[in-house]
Amino acid sequence: MHGIYNFVSGPLVWVSFILFIGGSLYRLISMAKLANEKDQTVYAYMDFHYAFRSIFHWIIPFGAENMRKHPVMTLVTFAFHISLLGVPLFLCAHIILVKEAYDISWWFLSDSLADAMTLIVIASCVFFAVRRRVLPEVRFLTSPSDFIIIAIVAAPFITGFWTYHQWIGYRIVGILHILSGEIMLVAIPFTRLSHAFFFPFTRGYMGSEFGAVRHAKDW
Amino acid sequence: MAGPASESNKGTIDEGIEKGAEKLEPDRIEQVINNVLKNETGARLKVYVDTCVHCGLCSEGCHYYLSHDNDPRFSPAGKVKQTMWEILDKKGKVSPEFIKRASEIASTECNLCRRCAMYCPFGIDIAYIISVVRRICHLLGVTPLYIQDTAHSHSATLNQMWVKDNEWIDTLMWQEEEAQEEMPSLRIPLEKEGAEVFYSVIAPEPKFRAQLIYQTAVIMNVAGIDWTMPATPGWDNSDMCMYTGDLEMMGRLKKEHFETAMRLKAKKIVMGECGHAFRSVYDTGNRWLGWKMPPLPMVHAIEFYYELLRQGKIKIAGKYETPVTFHDPCNIVRGRGLHEMGRYVTEEICNELIEMHPNREHNYCCCAGGGVVNCGPPFKMKRIDGNRVKAEQLFAAKARGAKTIIAPCHNCHSGLEDIVQHYGLNMEIKFLGDIIYETMEKPE
Amino acid sequence: MFNDTSWDWDIGRRLIADTDEWKDRFEWIEEPYVSPDGEKIAAIIRNEDAEFSVCENGTTWENTFDKIWRLRFCPDNRLTGLVSDMGEWTVAVDGAAWENRYEFMWDPRISPDGMNIAAAAQKGMRCLPVVNDVPWETDFLSMTNLTQGQDGKNVAAVVQTIQVSEGDIFKFQEGCYSLAVDGKVWDRNFVNVWNIGFSQDGTQVAAEVRTSLYDYTIAVNGVPWNETFNSVWKPQFNPEDGSVTAPVRIGGTWTLARNGIPIWDRKFVQLWHHIYSPDGKKLAAIVAPEFGQWTVAVDGKPWHRIFGDLVTDAVFSPDGNRVACIGKTDGAWKIAVDGIAWNESFDMVWQPVFSPDSRHLAAKTEKNGSFAVYVDGQPLKESFGALWNPAFSPDGEKILVRGIGNGADKGKYWRHVISLNDIAS
Ligand code: SF4
Ligand code: SF4
Repeated sequence: MHGIYNFVSGPLVWVSFILFIGGSLYRLISMAKLANEKDQTVYAYMDFHYAFRSIFHWIIPFGAENMRKHPVMTLVTFAFHISLLGVPLFLCAHIILVKEAYDISWWFLSDSLADAMTLIVIASCVFFAVRRRVLPEVRFLTSPSDFIIIAIVAAPFITGFWTYHQWIGYRIVGILHILSGEIMLVAIPFTRLSHAFFFPFTRGYMGSEFGAVRHAKDW
Repeated sequence: MAGPASESNKGTIDEGIEKGAEKLEPDRIEQVINNVLKNETGARLKVYVDTCVHCGLCSEGCHYYLSHDNDPRFSPAGKVKQTMWEILDKKGKVSPEFIKRASEIASTECNLCRRCAMYCPFGIDIAYIISVVRRICHLLGVTPLYIQDTAHSHSATLNQMWVKDNEWIDTLMWQEEEAQEEMPSLRIPLEKEGAEVFYSVIAPEPKFRAQLIYQTAVIMNVAGIDWTMPATPGWDNSDMCMYTGDLEMMGRLKKEHFETAMRLKAKKIVMGECGHAFRSVYDTGNRWLGWKMPPLPMVHAIEFYYELLRQGKIKIAGKYETPVTFHDPCNIVRGRGLHEMGRYVTEEICNELIEMHPNREHNYCCCAGGGVVNCGPPFKMKRIDGNRVKAEQLFAAKARGAKTIIAPCHNCHSGLEDIVQHYGLNMEIKFLGDIIYETMEKPE
Repeated sequence: MFNDTSWDWDIGRRLIADTDEWKDRFEWIEEPYVSPDGEKIAAIIRNEDAEFSVCENGTTWENTFDKIWRLRFCPDNRLTGLVSDMGEWTVAVDGAAWENRYEFMWDPRISPDGMNIAAAAQKGMRCLPVVNDVPWETDFLSMTNLTQGQDGKNVAAVVQTIQVSEGDIFKFQEGCYSLAVDGKVWDRNFVNVWNIGFSQDGTQVAAEVRTSLYDYTIAVNGVPWNETFNSVWKPQFNPEDGSVTAPVRIGGTWTLARNGIPIWDRKFVQLWHHIYSPDGKKLAAIVAPEFGQWTVAVDGKPWHRIFGDLVTDAVFSPDGNRVACIGKTDGAWKIAVDGIAWNESFDMVWQPVFSPDSRHLAAKTEKNGSFAVYVDGQPLKESFGALWNPAFSPDGEKILVRGIGNGADKGKYWRHVISLNDIAS
């Protein structure tokens, strides 16, 4: 088991980070190149000011009309995304690992807050899954892969929570935690999770078109 | 899962779609689709499809969805699922039956109004994706008959309504004569080189609504505008080829329009109260030709009236009494942000403006735009059923006192007329130009 | 070309007419037109009896009409217009109406030498071309794109050959249009036929055609090229060897093709309005090397100077060594020649004219409502309230300026011959 642990927490971390970063760069660059060949207009109309204006309205909670129409969804989405990014980056345990390895560290969340945020992520995933089953308009769009993606995102948090609280089998779960975190990282560039880094471009492009060309708001 | 099939969703028989699909072979479908995907689309389509998280948040952006009791098949992403996702999943190996349905969805269940782009958190341009579906259907020859006929008219006459060159000129001369009874010095200057303003219209004006040309002539003459209209093709700014996906023809039409204005050395082009035509000259057609922005300034009638009123070139003798509400047309509001100018004009010429809700960028489409009304009688009920929310929105405005709907767009007029009639709204629909003409000071 | 050696090239300014005076004489007066030699100025007028006539240099035509429109001077200084009398239309030249009359006439065409006039006419529900008062023997359901050959003797038009009822999309797609040259219709029908090009001698005709909703090509004398394209623009005949060239769209980009085969190796976002040098040795075209960037390409090589809004009206110098055009960026109109734009920007510019020796370039320009002639980038002293294109003398040493004055000269139409030497000094 120790061997597995070493493998998962050693080389696999590297592999997953390389795949994550490399994959993300590959996706971004290949899209940029494709756009240059096939959608020259995208470059011609991209406008920094209006792109940012639109992005700004869409990263502020309730900054867009549609967010006000769905307050619960908006709250869940924001809490979810903040927690999803915040917990892995600012978890004390993670920072200690980095500190031990590279002697660098940064500000971290209190354990109880991180715990709460983890629960938020898990609860949000449940919310999203239920939403996919219950709301007809979402259900219509849902394919099995959507549930797999939710599972991929939820897994590191469930296993992390488990490990932190040292529930039964937490050593194995700890390995699963690392593994699932790695899977999620790798999945980002290659699944719909890529919306994470395409968001500024799609929103920014629509913002540019609406703002610079069409003189209208898009929120 | 899905709501009960409504009247309009039973599958409408359209000869253009039916007969077109009869000729389809699976190989050809695959080849055409892959050709479009490979050569005509790129990062935009890919990113849009990959980024969509299937969240359904765009649903309420769409009046079809709202009007069909939240039937998910009418949600923006739902329509993409039934068309583009399937096409991509199957790598173009889809059946003629599928293409028929895709054509019907793309041509008659989406107005390309872009409202949903303001509801999707990612700004995914559903209208663009649906346009690609229409393009594929066009290349496969499966397009609703009425709009295809219009596209043919565009190709043969360079106008939308089979108006012959002589009929066009004749109509202008006839309107000039008519208007001279009211204003003897009035002139509709044909082919006047170097005029400040080149005035272009859509072909339904000479064909069915020549009165609008009359009114414009009066406004131009009273305001003392140095203007002209061409006596050659290029006078029509409308464009159904943009909507069928016949982009090559769209380009040809826009080229003719702009080059006619350039030939006459006009400084700017002013166009009548039309929305889709504005989209084609300001946004879509010019791009296909390589012009980033229109080569000559393109001024929509709203902006033109706004300038005339602001500069005092026309004066209002007595404001329009009946309380009005203002319908924001997609293509000039989400397409050009003219909503505030529209309100300025309305307030200058009308006593009371009662807003409908939602309004401005968020207004509901008339359900006639995007070429849907041009798909003709087979799909009329589809438009009416698909826009019950518009009727509700108008009822609410009416309950607060609005009696006249101002719709500064031809398509909106046709769409709203059907809605007003079908739902028994009993409201009048007017162009801004109608009211300006009615209320303005005219020389005795 | 018409003979401009006979024009008065004596240096000096001559008042031809005071058009302001006309305004008092007539209750209705339209915008004036000026003869190429500058000797005449004319406008459509309407008298108290609501009859239309033309006032030329202060004298009205003897004849009056129910209506006159499209008044234009021919290159040989004759004045033409479309006139209606008792509900019938015809062409009037210097006030004399043609014999033949029609229900309507439109789209008049005048050959470069001014000798031949063609126009479209309507008879009942049918249309036909009329050339120098002689109607074609055949008439058509509909007719567009009336085009003259170089000398104007040959005339072609796009005609509808098969009746299609509105809504019959399948019949339309089988091809119901063709092209008629001097009364004879091509053997083959097409889905569409558009712009027409004539060979130098007027015997050959090429046109843009669409053979299905998707296949565009060029048909020469009724025979389409073997190759089809996404789209095509107007064909031209090489004045030297008679080959046909046209811009063609292949896989989303444009290039230039001769007899169906691409001849330029570069691809462009747009390529249109290609022109031959007078000797046929060079080809220039308006191109967009990148989206939203416009310039001129000579023999496939684009200029470095780019305009953001548009490029139009490209023209070769008589010796074929220079090309000038109009360009616009951010609303500012400019004249460019051989890839270099004049410094000055304008509110509007007209197609520039080369001197016969190709050394000078002149253009009519407008700025802040006042007009001026620019020669080689420099303004002539005078500005005008209205102006017509300048013309160089055959020896290239003088320039004819035709304009209506400004200020104290308001309304006064002057004919002005200026020595280029005077400008230089
Ligand atoms: S009709 Fe408008 S809101 Fe509905 S899908 Fe089409 S573009 Fe989106
Ligand atoms: S809102 Fe956007 S991301 Fe969500 S389903 Fe609609 S198109 Fe896809």
